[in-house]
Amino acid sequence: MRLHEAEGGVAVVSVPYDARLVGDPETGVLHGGVITALLDTACGWAVMAAPAAIRSTATLDLRIDYMRPAEPHQDMLVRAECYHRTRSVAFVRAHAWQSADERIVASSVATFMLGANRAVPVEFFQADGAEPSA
Amino acid sequence: MKLLRDLRAEGKGRDMVALLERIPYARFLGIGVDRKGSELTTILPFADHLVGNVALPALHGGAIGAFLEFTAVIQLLFDSDSERLPRTIDISIDYLRSGRPLETYGRAVVTKHGRRVANVRCEAWQEERHRPIATAHGHFLLTPLDEP
Repeated sequence: MRLHEAEGGVAVVSVPYDARLVGDPETGVLHGGVITALLDTACGWAVMAAPAAIRSTATLDLRIDYMRPAEPHQDMLVRAECYHRTRSVAFVRAHAWQSADERIVASSVATFMLGANRAVPVEFFQADGAEPSA
Repeated sequence: MKLLRDLRAEGKGRDMVALLERIPYARFLGIGVDRKGSELTTILPFADHLVGNVALPALHGGAIGAFLEFTAVIQLLFDSDSERLPRTIDISIDYLRSGRPLETYGRAVVTKHGRRVANVRCEAWQEERHRPIATAHGHFLLTPLDEP
């Protein structure tokens, strides 16, 4: 996964097309679980990129509506926005689309617990796509 | 769908192990399935590339979500012959506990198996069956055999 931006409560993340991530070998389309993973990650980073962010978060729930089938051989992108925060909970919405088509593939909402007591802050990916330090 | 037709032609229409071997993302996640009669339990072996938080370490929420989706789809495919893989319409995942660096198990219950749409709920657990790490429910679009 690559982080393209993470600022002001918004994160944009992508995953390049990879044949190992295919769900239907006949169509070559990425499995819906890849979109789930991408949405979960992007939503978490949107929370961490929010003003006065707390960096230890834990997902409470994630709901995904699949609006259209994905097309093969295209990267998948997600834009997530933390639209509300209380002291304990962050609320995020996100949507996924593909590199060659702006139409939304999946739409999502998620909530995150903040300052999760056993969750240690996760290091960001570098904005240039480098791997996070352990 | 060729994948399912081939499996049926090989007499493996209910062989979920054979099905998973032919889905690249299932192989990537390392998902397995254990069948006892008509009870299916999916298995997600722990692997480093499934980790979301390296400091804990904890399983990635997306990997858990994908595992639950697979658990639901496998149950639906086992329950009735399909022209195509069930397609997720929506899924809602509740994350209850951190996934530890252990094997994770899954079970799905089809609460309503309609002709075109099924409603499924599923659970994932690790050391204790009654302390799930995550639960999910969702709707899946079905294509029964007599439709293209």
